[in-house]
Amino acid sequence: MRYAMAIDTLKCVGCSDCVIACQMENNVPLGFCRDWVVESVHGTYPQVGLELRSERCNHCENAPCVRCCPTGASHIEEGGVVVVTHNKCIGCGACIQACPYDARYSHPEGYVDKCTFCNHRLTEGLNPACVSVCPTKCMYFGDLDDPNSAISNVLATRKFKSLAPEAGTKPQIFYLV
Amino acid sequence: MKEELFVSGRNIPNIDPFLNIWHWQIPVYLFLGGLAAGILFFAALFTIMGKADKMEATVKKAPLIVPIALVLGLFALFLDLKHQLFFWRLYTTVRIESPMSWGAWVLLVITPLSFVWVASYAKELKPGWNWKWALLDKIEAFVIEKRLWLAWIIIVLSVILGIYTGILLSAFNARPLWNTSILGPLFLVSGMSTGAAVIMLMSRSAEEKKLMGGIDLLLIVIELFFITHMIMGFQAGSETQIASAQLFLGGPFTVPFWVFVVILGLIFPAILEVMERLGIHMPVIVPAGLVIIGGFIFRFIMVEAGQITRYLY
Repeated sequence: MRYAMAIDTLKCVGCSDCVIACQMENNVPLGFCRDWVVESVHGTYPQVGLELRSERCNHCENAPCVRCCPTGASHIEEGGVVVVTHNKCIGCGACIQACPYDARYSHPEGYVDKCTFCNHRLTEGLNPACVSVCPTKCMYFGDLDDPNSAISNVLATRKFKSLAPEAGTKPQIFYLV
Repeated sequence: MKEELFVSGRNIPNIDPFLNIWHWQIPVYLFLGGLAAGILFFAALFTIMGKADKMEATVKKAPLIVPIALVLGLFALFLDLKHQLFFWRLYTTVRIESPMSWGAWVLLVITPLSFVWVASYAKELKPGWNWKWALLDKIEAFVIEKRLWLAWIIIVLSVILGIYTGILLSAFNARPLWNTSILGPLFLVSGMSTGAAVIMLMSRSAEEKKLMGGIDLLLIVIELFFITHMIMGFQAGSETQIASAQLFLGGPFTVPFWVFVVILGLIFPAILEVMERLGIHMPVIVPAGLVIIGGFIFRFIMVEAGQITRYLY
């Protein structure tokens, strides 16, 4: 099993519903977020292009945050989900330095926190909160090992990219372009 | 032109707009760790070479600084932790892939050994010293007998400790300024240079001062070579590395780096040490002090500057 997410940058309208849903679902403290929306503008008027990307932890296959963790608090769970065990984390910040996507933050309670792909929902057979609320249905989630999953289908037919693949992290969030 | 902004709003403390999760505690530790590694290296080296009596400050006096530096450094590291009550988790596992894990284990071994080293010279440094318990006297006699063995263990661990201060940073692929394999040797040499400077300050023997001055001069030259090499490597690297080198080549860290680290911390003390060897004397505190302050500022700059470098996408 290999969980992954694909986000259609052509359908996303940047409403930030995914961000709010995540904060509500995971009780993210005020002023913090596990996902965020980036508006990337390129070109010079009138030749301009716009890309909207809902970003979060890339649940990398070769996760530098997991490698550098001195206590094993950061680890990879079944399905490739990168998770932090709170009572093993010493809050040293190494994983925050190691992440090329700045996807982690120091929770006010001391431990490091991040996107979990809502693994408490996955076990119930539900999609992550961000995916389930998207009003344009621009997010696809599922198992890459299952050829019939929503994500396998969309990645088989559409052009996609991932963020900073040159970092060697093998990110598992794909952006449809 | 390319511009990016967070439309969902994002201003996470210590992450946005620039990463700044490690504060003064980390460079203070890197400095103290490097300094301790440098002193221990020379103390063990001259013991192995059989020059313990000639190099009194190196082998017997300067190591007094080491346990203090290591304990203060470890305390700084502890202060940097955000989940402090769980610090013991470091010692419930060994993670080979994590430099911080094996650094923590090396510190757990080398810190007590530095106390043992200092204690084994207590009677020589302070005549009339009394251990009070017979067991401690027995341990002391054992350590003095096996001092050469201790020196061999310490010389290996001190090199690991010195390199570790650099590898701690260079292991982070996500921070291009740190992600250079030269950083380990560079921090080791810099730590040994500051260690030699401390020894020069504590020495009362002209011969010892001259020898350590010569060693320090050599280390400074190596350090200058490594710094040149590091910047050349960045300039020949990927876009992220070229961008990170720009911090020192016109960017916000240009003046602190070239003035305080390279000129005042390396080139100027090197000139003073050359003059000293040519017979133009001056107080040892000037070159030694500059080397120590330069080494301290170097670590501050590397930690601060490295955190703001990142992948561009």
